[in-house]
Amino acid sequence: MRFKKIGFAAIAVAAALTLTLSGCAGTSGGNDNIVSVNGSEPQNPLLATNTNEVGGGLIIDSIYAGLVYYAADGTPVNDMAESITSTDNINWDIKIKSGWKFTNGEEVTADSFVNAWQYGALLKNAQLNSYYFDAIEGFSYDKDSVLTGLKVVSPTEFTVKLTSAQSDFPLRLGYTAFYPQPKAFFDDPKAFGENPIGNGPYMLAEKGAWKHNVEINLVKNPDYKGGRLAKNGGLKIVFYATLDAAYADLQADNLDVMAGIPDSALKTYQADLGDRSVMQGAAVFQSFTIPGRLAHFSGEEGKLRRAALSMAFDRQQIIDVIFNGTRKPARDFTSPVIAGWTDKLTGSEVLDYNPTKAKELWAKADAISKWSGKFELAYNADGGHQGWVDAVTNAIKNTLGIDAQGKAYPTFAELRTKVTDKTIKEAFRTGWQADYPALANFLAPIYQTAAGANDGQYSNPAVDALFAKGNSSKTLADANKAYQDAQVILLQDLPAIPLWYGITDGGWSTKVSGVKYGWNGVPVLHEVVKN
Amino acid sequence: MTGYIVRRVLQALPVFFGTTLLIYFMVFAMPGDPIVALFGDKGVNPAIAAQLRHEYHLDQPFIMQYLIYIGGIFRGDFGTSFSGQPVGQILASTFPVTLRLALMAVVLEMIFGVAIGLIAGLRKGKFFDASSLVVSLLLISTPVFVIAFVSQFVFAIKLGWARPTVSGGANFQELILPAVVLATLGVAYIIRLTRSSVIETAGQDFVRTAYSKGLSSRRVTRVHILRNSLIPVVTYVSIDFGILLVGATVTEGIFNVPGVGRTLYQAIIRGEGPTVVSFVTVMVLIYLVVNLLTDLLYAVLDPRIRYGK
Amino acid sequence: MANRDEHFVADYSNTEFAEIDAVRISEKPTNLYLDAWRDLRKRPMFYISGVLIIIVTVMALFPTLFTKVAPNENCYLDNSNGAPTGEHILGFTRQGCDIFSRIVHGTSTSLSVGIIVTLMTLFMGVFFGSLAGFFGKWVDAVLSRAGDIFFSIPYILAAVVIMSVFSDYRNVWVISAAIGIFAWPSTARVLRGEILRVKQADFVMASTAIGVSRLRILIRHVLPNSIAPVIAVTTISLAGAIVAEATLSFLGVGLPTSTMSWGNDISQAQADLRTSPQVLIWPSLALSITALAFIMMGEAIRDALDPKARAQR
Repeated sequence: MRFKKIGFAAIAVAAALTLTLSGCAGTSGGNDNIVSVNGSEPQNPLLATNTNEVGGGLIIDSIYAGLVYYAADGTPVNDMAESITSTDNINWDIKIKSGWKFTNGEEVTADSFVNAWQYGALLKNAQLNSYYFDAIEGFSYDKDSVLTGLKVVSPTEFTVKLTSAQSDFPLRLGYTAFYPQPKAFFDDPKAFGENPIGNGPYMLAEKGAWKHNVEINLVKNPDYKGGRLAKNGGLKIVFYATLDAAYADLQADNLDVMAGIPDSALKTYQADLGDRSVMQGAAVFQSFTIPGRLAHFSGEEGKLRRAALSMAFDRQQIIDVIFNGTRKPARDFTSPVIAGWTDKLTGSEVLDYNPTKAKELWAKADAISKWSGKFELAYNADGGHQGWVDAVTNAIKNTLGIDAQGKAYPTFAELRTKVTDKTIKEAFRTGWQADYPALANFLAPIYQTAAGANDGQYSNPAVDALFAKGNSSKTLADANKAYQDAQVILLQDLPAIPLWYGITDGGWSTKVSGVKYGWNGVPVLHEVVKN
Repeated sequence: MTGYIVRRVLQALPVFFGTTLLIYFMVFAMPGDPIVALFGDKGVNPAIAAQLRHEYHLDQPFIMQYLIYIGGIFRGDFGTSFSGQPVGQILASTFPVTLRLALMAVVLEMIFGVAIGLIAGLRKGKFFDASSLVVSLLLISTPVFVIAFVSQFVFAIKLGWARPTVSGGANFQELILPAVVLATLGVAYIIRLTRSSVIETAGQDFVRTAYSKGLSSRRVTRVHILRNSLIPVVTYVSIDFGILLVGATVTEGIFNVPGVGRTLYQAIIRGEGPTVVSFVTVMVLIYLVVNLLTDLLYAVLDPRIRYGK
Repeated sequence: MANRDEHFVADYSNTEFAEIDAVRISEKPTNLYLDAWRDLRKRPMFYISGVLIIIVTVMALFPTLFTKVAPNENCYLDNSNGAPTGEHILGFTRQGCDIFSRIVHGTSTSLSVGIIVTLMTLFMGVFFGSLAGFFGKWVDAVLSRAGDIFFSIPYILAAVVIMSVFSDYRNVWVISAAIGIFAWPSTARVLRGEILRVKQADFVMASTAIGVSRLRILIRHVLPNSIAPVIAVTTISLAGAIVAEATLSFLGVGLPTSTMSWGNDISQAQADLRTSPQVLIWPSLALSITALAFIMMGEAIRDALDPKARAQR
């Protein structure tokens, strides 16, 4: 009999514990006009100049208003800026609207911008987005220095002096790094990042609205006067560990707006959601890079082999089978949602599936130096890349008759460390999500000699010259012409082998309407209306 | 007995230092620079990377990093994550959720596992025994993500019996579905363990004696067979509880439970040393307590087991 | 003498006792293990599981006897998730590779990982668990706390570290070590708990009384009486080890993708769960059948080794 009592006692204790522990049940529901959307836990405190990933970016963009914002199609629209003008693309004069306030009541002035930018650029502050200020006079990568190019003229006007002519400078100003900051920010930026104060369409619902690893609650900012006026009462950004979990909630109408669709639902999501789903272009470019220092990939031989590899697999078929059609085969190095994109670049046939030509080029390269070993393509296993990597390497194996396989690195950190310290011994996946909608953003940071993200250590003076020419062009059309010319050379050299453009896929619940997705794949949240 | 408990508590000290040192070393030995990953696909500015490394003490030699961390713990500071949140706060917000989930799962698997295992053991070789073997095999050889996805799809999305994911509050009803999924794995082990133990015990002389005394078979089963078969089951449950505390990564991910498994996995992948070590440290402490309770429970189940000499 | 012979006593040679008492010199002396072996040969479960294990083993050693299709060559996306045709009797994976061939060629990896891990945890678990349980005191304290340390290290962290350190030598041995080194404390704890109970039994006291050495008591008397739950956990953990290999592959710290394994195939089938479940079902089935064979074998051996269970039959 004693055992029986103990058994009951154990269960009773467990049950009691369970009940006590569940005492702090969450409060859900409440305000009906709040739109819920999927996000991910920000990697850093919410500081505009230190946020370079999607999770934090979604929040920062909702609570701040910069000089310009990007409309759904990527065109820049003045938000706080009255005007941004220049005669020589070097000296820029920026006038801002008066009467705007941060949500703590402080007026937004030219100082709010200039001080925030100075902070972001200063080396000792170690801000991840500091390189955004490198075009401004006085910037230094390796020592603390003041941006001498920034001058406050009046509370509503300041000037920017660049180190060289940059025609797309105004286009960049909508990016996260260029938001203004209130005085409270500078006292203790880290603490500020827990409860940021902005001037955008939304603001934090309360102090401590950021519930780490769970969600962040935003409400409409009544003082916001710009073009992104919220049509709903607020946002609840829920952090999901996986897209699968978010998708399950979306199907059960627990989540209103979703960006991205998990792999397991790519085949079914349009049937599951019907007209509550979207599939459109996004400013994302995927590729893989074969560094020139790998054996058999330097000089003329490397050029032939890269072209052969590029023609050895059928992009469209891989997209159809692996991604269920949710990508678009690449025709250049940028993205179709960017003004100036064209699919008619000279030499773009190197991106077509052409097994005969591929074998021919491979044989030509073999004549220079016989191929040995196997072709390996490295990827990070925590990013869902195995499917396409296996498909690409299988196709290369089938077409060229060489041994090819994927090589998984367990973490993004390990892959990136090997890539950036140039010790990686394989070809590796590369990708670029645009920060601002311009051809230049897809090209110069990656293929310019010694550029920050030039992981393949590519260098071609002709390309550098065309980049410089594009940068200093007076009009966007002239600039785009130069960038297209540069891409023609890139198609011959293939410093990265273009794969496909990303697609925005997503869906929304039966409880909302007016859901649109922007050029960068992020839903236009202020437009969403709760039914 | 008290002396035994005191000694066991004192043993926690070397375990604490051993574990933290070992874990810290493993995080340290993990290839890949977490700071480089912070820059994403974008270029890395070496000067800024160096600055950040300094800030998180990543530029120090291993033993210094460890001492800085341990020193912090004794001041009540578990360090901060890259997102600027004190690790102590993360611990406080995730452990209650996971503890609740693990308790629910353990209670479920104990009830079902012992019941099914007992019947299977008593009816050895009969239909019920064979079918319990098949069911437990199916459960073991099906990966947990399949069980989780299918039950989420069927019960939450198609039938609407439960919420598909767990909200921030993680209350009782929301945790039932993930708890059931977690319990399916342990239940198979418990069925097999109980069954084999019951068969073993049922063959003992004291069982025959009990029957020949004229006791009802109910009473023999409950008092003599079951109680004497429970030691391996109790051991396994304590082990499984430990596994559930850290190892529920996949299930917590699928049901979006804001608990330890998911957060710890993120921290491992991002290489956040202080977060990983703090989680594991708390885990070890809980585990030591559970082990102590298990050993004390042995003495309750079998009075011949004595500690404290 | 003859007169007092009132009771008839048959001549010894005329009774059947001679046969019973006869010492059969030609026959080998029996012992626990020989008896068990005799008993095993009478059990159908032993034969069924034995045949299954032999088939799986042959499949692991000589995969080409079962399929002519090369597992990793000629994977065309045209065949993605395709239905069975001609020599491809189970159809195709998402990458357009032959499912049956991949299962056959994956047997060797999966079976080796399962067996190596199981043996590792069995030996380490029995060694540490029996010493800790039987000798108690400081031996128990040291070994059990060491086990606690190993047990509390998150298995994913350990695997990431080990597999990354050996990133150029990822083979069956390394991955088995990564799984096994951190799995033995469970076995050790199960055995320790059982020994704590068994060592109080009367036969232990009896052995001690007649002066049998402690170590001999442990090996000859306590261990055989405590091993049943260990066998139950161990046979089942074989399947667990194969699944663990799948999880590691899924996290990118498993074997290279060119190495076939059931685990690899199972984890890759995740994305097609709703649309093409057959890609998942076949390798899972191979895993289940193998696990079943080993569990049945374990069960039969356990019964055969237990004199009481033998008597019950």
